[in-house]
Amino acid sequence: MELVIAAAIGILTASGIWLILRSRTYQLVIGFALLAYAVNLFIFSMGRLRVNAPPVLNGSGPVDVTAYTDPLPQALVLTAIVISFATTALFLVVLIVSRGITGSDHVDGREG
Amino acid sequence: MSFAPVHMTIAPILIPLIAGALMLFFDERERRLKTVLSIGSIFSLLGVATSLLMTVHLNGEPLALVYLLGNWPAPVAINLVADRLASVMLVLTAALAFPAILYAMERWDKVGPHFHSLFQFLLVGLNGAFLTGDLFNLFVFFEVMLAASYGLVLHGGGPQRVRSGLHYIAVNLGASLIFLVGIAMVFGATGSLNMAEIALRAESLEGFARPALHVGLAMLGLAFLIKAGMWPLCHWLVPAYSAAAGPVAAVFAMLSKVGIYSLLRLALLLPGDGAAFGSRVIFIGGAVTLAFASIGLLASQSMKRASAYFILMSSGTLLAAFGISVPGGTAGALFYLLSSTLAVSAFFMLVELLEREQDAASGILAVTQEAYGDGEEVEEENQEVGQVMPSALAVLGVGFALLALVLIGLPPLSGFLAKLAILTAVLGPGAGDLGALGARRTVLAILLLVSGLVALVALSRMGIRTFWAPVEPFSPRVTVVEAAPILILLAMLVALALMAGPVMNLLLAAAEDLHHPARYLSAVLGAERVPPYAGGGQ
Repeated sequence: MELVIAAAIGILTASGIWLILRSRTYQLVIGFALLAYAVNLFIFSMGRLRVNAPPVLNGSGPVDVTAYTDPLPQALVLTAIVISFATTALFLVVLIVSRGITGSDHVDGREG
Repeated sequence: MSFAPVHMTIAPILIPLIAGALMLFFDERERRLKTVLSIGSIFSLLGVATSLLMTVHLNGEPLALVYLLGNWPAPVAINLVADRLASVMLVLTAALAFPAILYAMERWDKVGPHFHSLFQFLLVGLNGAFLTGDLFNLFVFFEVMLAASYGLVLHGGGPQRVRSGLHYIAVNLGASLIFLVGIAMVFGATGSLNMAEIALRAESLEGFARPALHVGLAMLGLAFLIKAGMWPLCHWLVPAYSAAAGPVAAVFAMLSKVGIYSLLRLALLLPGDGAAFGSRVIFIGGAVTLAFASIGLLASQSMKRASAYFILMSSGTLLAAFGISVPGGTAGALFYLLSSTLAVSAFFMLVELLEREQDAASGILAVTQEAYGDGEEVEEENQEVGQVMPSALAVLGVGFALLALVLIGLPPLSGFLAKLAILTAVLGPGAGDLGALGARRTVLAILLLVSGLVALVALSRMGIRTFWAPVEPFSPRVTVVEAAPILILLAMLVALALMAGPVMNLLLAAAEDLHHPARYLSAVLGAERVPPYAGGGQ
């Protein structure tokens, strides 16, 4: 479990960084999307990895908190997903505007 | 009095949020209405911020107003904390926003949609970032602020803005991801997102949690420093800020201070060996930034670029002074923050008025065409609707000279007092106890003086070329509404210099609070819930 998550985060980050160092704007967007996935998984894993444990408390009586997983990182991930989704969408718009104005999809707006 | 001031803590976030959302319902043609809403919102913000400041500063006893969202008990609730420093920043934001909006009224709010809404949302983000006491909430407010700033940096369009805006957004997206990683690591190490609780738990961390916390904090610091523009993380700042529209750049002067504010807050909550967390890195970074900004200032061929370098210079000075990590130095740096932010904002607006004319007069300072908005010639044809001011050049010239005094740090204006306060703290009586920090103090003092000299050289050159010996004589067509914001900001700077005593007392108290985190912890963690509403009159 740990190994899979760690490998996933590592591969996503590596691919993301490679892509954001490229010179085409579309690669930049995909790179940031991959990096955002990696970060989301990382936040998730910071609440400690548990299998088959619900995050939401059940019932009104006294509860054994050890039977549950930490709900906070899951809430954080949800917020982080929404925010990164929105900023990526906005970035895409700027990318298209830049493509339209400069006629080039290079990040500097011109080849070279 | 039935009016509980603790509820007022959330008003600086709600007022611009409601105003900004309300404006979205109206058509772009209702510009007058939007402007009125905007100015109304800013004035109420100013009122609320001032009353918060008064309450916190004069009452003295509870150190901070702590608002527990949802009335959850103290460490669980997401909290808003209005202490002295946060209130000062709120007042500064509102005081800066008003001239910027006034300036934008004349022409900038016409060149693109939703200027006023974006501006209000920017204020939501700024105020929220100053007030919040929760790490994740800080991230959310940073994002609100950044999302609005992405819109504003592109405001007006043109290839120059789009190109530098693209870089600006890319860098800040990266910074946000680093910010998130930092938050996750801090949470993983301490199990809390409440800044006060993190500070409390940090003392008793064992094993792997301790380095994990430090790495997390370093990541957070990295994100803040990108925002603040510390060298070598600052190369996005100059093109983006110098391409932005005048009023936008004027409020962006505040944006880089958010990074510094967050850094200061977090670093001093977790002191190690009596100094702020990572103070050595902050100091070295600040000193190099200051040197870099000085060189950049001398090298810049256009005044807009130069004003962006003034932002870097102010960031560098602040970081270096905070890196010394003594209350006196921090207080002096806070005074410098107030003075330099107001001055740089006014400078951005002034420079735009001057360069607007010189664009037509073939840009005498422009060796590099890149520094100019390529698409701006079209807007140049905008008819001047307002009343054109007589002898505008004289007014602008005097304004330029006064701003130059503040930016260089010459008496009698506030820039001098700010630098004097920092120098007194590092060289004056009592500074001898600093011992090991001796080298840092010397470097800071030298850099501070040299950067003043550099600013003097750069500004004199600019002033002579613009006002005394222009290649083609020009008389800028400046309307009263465009000149008024600069004069208002100048009046604030003069007032800051005249009121230096009380302001410095306030800032010293704020710095003492910062350097004694135990007070902040007890105020935040001991915050009491608001008693439930018992029904009126019973």
